[in-house]
Amino acid sequence: MSSSGRAGAIEHYVSTEPFDPQATEWLTPEQERFYRASQWKIMWWKFRRHRIAVISGVILLLFYASILVSEILAPYHLHTRDTRHIYAPPQEIHLVHEGRLVGPFVYGYSMRLNMVSLKREYTPDRAKVQPLRFFCLGDEYRFWGLIEGSFHLVCPAEGGTLYLLGTDRLGRDLLSRIIYGTRISLTVGLLGILVSFVIGITLGGISGYYGGWIDNLIQRFIEMVRSFPELPLWMALSAALPVNWSPVLVYFGITIILGLLDWPGLARAVRSKLLALREEDFASAAVLMGAGPGRVIGRHLLPSFASHLIASATLSVPGMILGETALSFLGLGLRPPVTSWGVLLNEAQNINAVALYPWIMMSVVPVFVVVLAFNFLGDGLRDAADPYK
Amino acid sequence: MLSYTVRRLLIMIPTLLVISFVTFSIIKLPPGDFLSNQIAELQSQGDRAAMEKVEFLRKQYGLDKSFLEQYAVWVGLWPGERGFSGLLQGDWGWSFEYDLPVGQVVGDRMLLSLILNFSVVLFTWAIAFPIGVYAATNQYSWGDHGLTLLGYVGLATPNFLFALVLMYFANVQFGLSIGGIMDPEYLGRSWSWAKFGSVLTHLWIPVIVIGTSGTAAMIRRLRANLLDELQKQYVVTARARGVPPLRLLLKYPMRMALNPFIADIGNLLPSVISGSAIVAVVLSLQTSGPMLLEALRSQDQYLAGSFLMFLSLLTVIGMFISDLLLAALDPRIRLTGGAAK
Repeated sequence: MSSSGRAGAIEHYVSTEPFDPQATEWLTPEQERFYRASQWKIMWWKFRRHRIAVISGVILLLFYASILVSEILAPYHLHTRDTRHIYAPPQEIHLVHEGRLVGPFVYGYSMRLNMVSLKREYTPDRAKVQPLRFFCLGDEYRFWGLIEGSFHLVCPAEGGTLYLLGTDRLGRDLLSRIIYGTRISLTVGLLGILVSFVIGITLGGISGYYGGWIDNLIQRFIEMVRSFPELPLWMALSAALPVNWSPVLVYFGITIILGLLDWPGLARAVRSKLLALREEDFASAAVLMGAGPGRVIGRHLLPSFASHLIASATLSVPGMILGETALSFLGLGLRPPVTSWGVLLNEAQNINAVALYPWIMMSVVPVFVVVLAFNFLGDGLRDAADPYK
Repeated sequence: MLSYTVRRLLIMIPTLLVISFVTFSIIKLPPGDFLSNQIAELQSQGDRAAMEKVEFLRKQYGLDKSFLEQYAVWVGLWPGERGFSGLLQGDWGWSFEYDLPVGQVVGDRMLLSLILNFSVVLFTWAIAFPIGVYAATNQYSWGDHGLTLLGYVGLATPNFLFALVLMYFANVQFGLSIGGIMDPEYLGRSWSWAKFGSVLTHLWIPVIVIGTSGTAAMIRRLRANLLDELQKQYVVTARARGVPPLRLLLKYPMRMALNPFIADIGNLLPSVISGSAIVAVVLSLQTSGPMLLEALRSQDQYLAGSFLMFLSLLTVIGMFISDLLLAALDPRIRLTGGAAK
């Protein structure tokens, strides 16, 4: 091409300056950070904006961290009985005794049996000042059932008592029992979710990936499972657990039972996502390159909606925790000596507990907090799961 | 609409069959049965006459037969000792513990269960609907936050404990005895207005207790749906043209948001039935919950089976009704009602 023929035409010109392809739309550093961020990073940013969800997440992390060191956190051992303090009300922590700063301490109880109502009456004895000990040696335990130890974060004074949430009918410290119960109650939900995930992803995956009559069959099956009333069926299943099973086996049995009915929702979600995703180019490409169904589903399709799965799992954990609580409350779930929040609430079942020893019902507080936290966290995760929306 | 109804009804048959099979399998899971436990006990006491009766019952109820045969007899697909007489023929079987036909033991428990569950669904709707609409139209207001929180509190409190505490306070504060679903003197009597009234005065506590747990989810879903709808162009246009707010709300957005609300009965019912089972145990209501629990413990297989079947039937029928309502509300639903995908 020559330009010499036409008058006034622009001369052929090539700039020697280095060309910056982004010159037309310069991204500010923030924009660049945003557009180049990975999917998970954007999710995290979006999640962080949901204040309550973040707080809930922290609370749950603390709860789950506590189950690692339950033995150390609890001032007493799970089974320590104090026959002199049966149904003792919670002790208050004081700082100042008769105008003198002592540091955190409790007043010891003096007990009197009311001969009319036959009720034990405890009154704080001003003479018994029992300072708390921190980082101390107290009740012996086996850490996770393996290592012997007696180190505690906080212990009662020598010869004194420390019942911050009161004691139960055998004189066992309720706070310690709740701390130990956390380990069981929180893991029940997780293991249950695991069961539900395995079934849900497998069946939902098969259903969505293959379609056709397999899909139809699995869908009908899901509809049937969904129309079972959950709790009555849980009741029936846990009543069917053999009586001679050890408490640990019963524990695993219960988690499986809880997971067995939870998966249909998950399977549906997996299926509908798969139906949409398997038509995408990257999925066809993987198939053409010779990947088997397991690899296509597991390596290519699942990761693209893993965030949704995590969110929905978070939302179904509280149902399982409440389910375990309900079953144990009815006496069909876990049995002592395994201690969960439900087992503790089982002791609060009679109207006497409500009327005379209301602190026995304190075990409902962690249930309440954890269920709420899981719900808020799940909400936050669900909103963040689709960051490009 | 008719063909959809018929198709939907036909699907229920295999569903119920499978449910009955699963139910029966679960009940038969524990080793032994009620009568073999009984026989072991009588043998240790050496009671000949009673043992013969138990042997007779064993034969009559086919407990010596194989599992499949027992199942078929229970459902009524196979002739037992008394010919075809099972669920299909309206015979619920025999309760070993009470030594009576299940039909008589159950009495009006199932009817009461039905009343209770139905009232809870109505209550949940009645509460969730206005709150959901209010929360959506007043998004992020104090009322919205407060009511949402209240819903969450209801969700997170274990039903049974709430029932216990409410029972205590009703007793102490108002001197009400609210255990049971009616005053004791009406138990076992035939239905009369007085009995019905007594049921009504006792019903509200379990209804509130069970209702609170389902309300939160309902409110949240209605609020989300209505919010989606309210942001659409046609609403903005209508508002710009000066359509009065109430009319604007009721004319279309509400109708659209109502769909999932109705569809939700499919999710609501199983949870209501679950909730009512455990609350009934705590409040010792004369509904199916407590007796089911007892029957499960003592392996009274036909009694437990009948209750489980009844509760499942309730759920299945509830879902059927919700599907029909949905199809009536939204004609598009029917098109996707057939083969999936």
